[in-house]
Amino acid sequence: MDTKSPPLAHHFATLKQQHETATLGMWMFLVTELMLFGGLFLAYTVYRVRNPAEFAIASKHLNIWFGGINTVVLLTSSLTMALGVYWAQTGKRNLLTVGLVLTALLGVTFLVIKGFEYYGDYVENLMPGLAFDDAEWHELGVRPERVKMFLIIYYMMTGIHALHLIIGIAIIGLLAFWAHRGHYTPAYYYPIEVGGLYWHFVDVIWVFLLPLLYLAGVRH
Amino acid sequence: MAEHQGQVRTYGVIFVVLIALTGLTVWLGSIDLGEWHTPVGLAVAATKAVLIVLFFMHMLHGPRLTWAIAGTTLLFLAILLLLTLTDYLSRDWPTGRVRGEMETSSAQFFL
Repeated sequence: MDTKSPPLAHHFATLKQQHETATLGMWMFLVTELMLFGGLFLAYTVYRVRNPAEFAIASKHLNIWFGGINTVVLLTSSLTMALGVYWAQTGKRNLLTVGLVLTALLGVTFLVIKGFEYYGDYVENLMPGLAFDDAEWHELGVRPERVKMFLIIYYMMTGIHALHLIIGIAIIGLLAFWAHRGHYTPAYYYPIEVGGLYWHFVDVIWVFLLPLLYLAGVRH
Repeated sequence: MAEHQGQVRTYGVIFVVLIALTGLTVWLGSIDLGEWHTPVGLAVAATKAVLIVLFFMHMLHGPRLTWAIAGTTLLFLAILLLLTLTDYLSRDWPTGRVRGEMETSSAQFFL
């Protein structure tokens, strides 16, 4: 049997102090995460400023439906995550487990949709190195090597985002397992709070990827 | 725990607003706003991000130290972006070439 009592580490005076320290630690980690994605946003900005025509045209070739639906999927997962934290705070063990499982499943849904999208990109010749046709872009009056640069940035940003999501799904899945086992109480739920912070952060990154990657050009 | 009263309702409202703003983003993507196309898209995204951070990530009622950390991060992100762009945006200045025209030798780096 697992203990249900809150494991207060000996170097903390109170559970509240432990909670605030853990939360702060996650915020500090998210700072470093934002600097990681910041580098990618910087690369995007520099190349887009220098190659506006190619970014606008290549962006329009991406499928906005995948991007839009996936945004809704991630936002919904953020809602279930936030509700999960609320149910942890109020001691609703079963609801907490359901909330976490739904969050993880929505994360998996995002990845599955993303997989279909990548396959679609491959079919549409939008994968430099695997499927890419220079002539197609010459006909549109833009330089293919710069289109490739946009696509590489697209795969880097969405790929690293997806990697974060995979890690997030593992963490939320683990939390769901422990929640089901009754590890958490209204006094001791900071792992849920901290896991939630990470999950919402990954959502925030995607919120910015949507207009930058899919809507760089005007879609008619 | 009285402090959590009404939280479900708040989360629901925030969620509906986030979905609406997502629809707005996609709709705005089909409208020609010229130079404002990207700034407007990013403004909507920033609004969504602020809502998520304030409500879902509990920053609104969180410790002020969290605000300091987030503020400092944004400051350093701004330094990263702006100082780098002072270089890239000014590379064509002596010749007065139009942004995006890539005929200068320094621009070959981008090919």
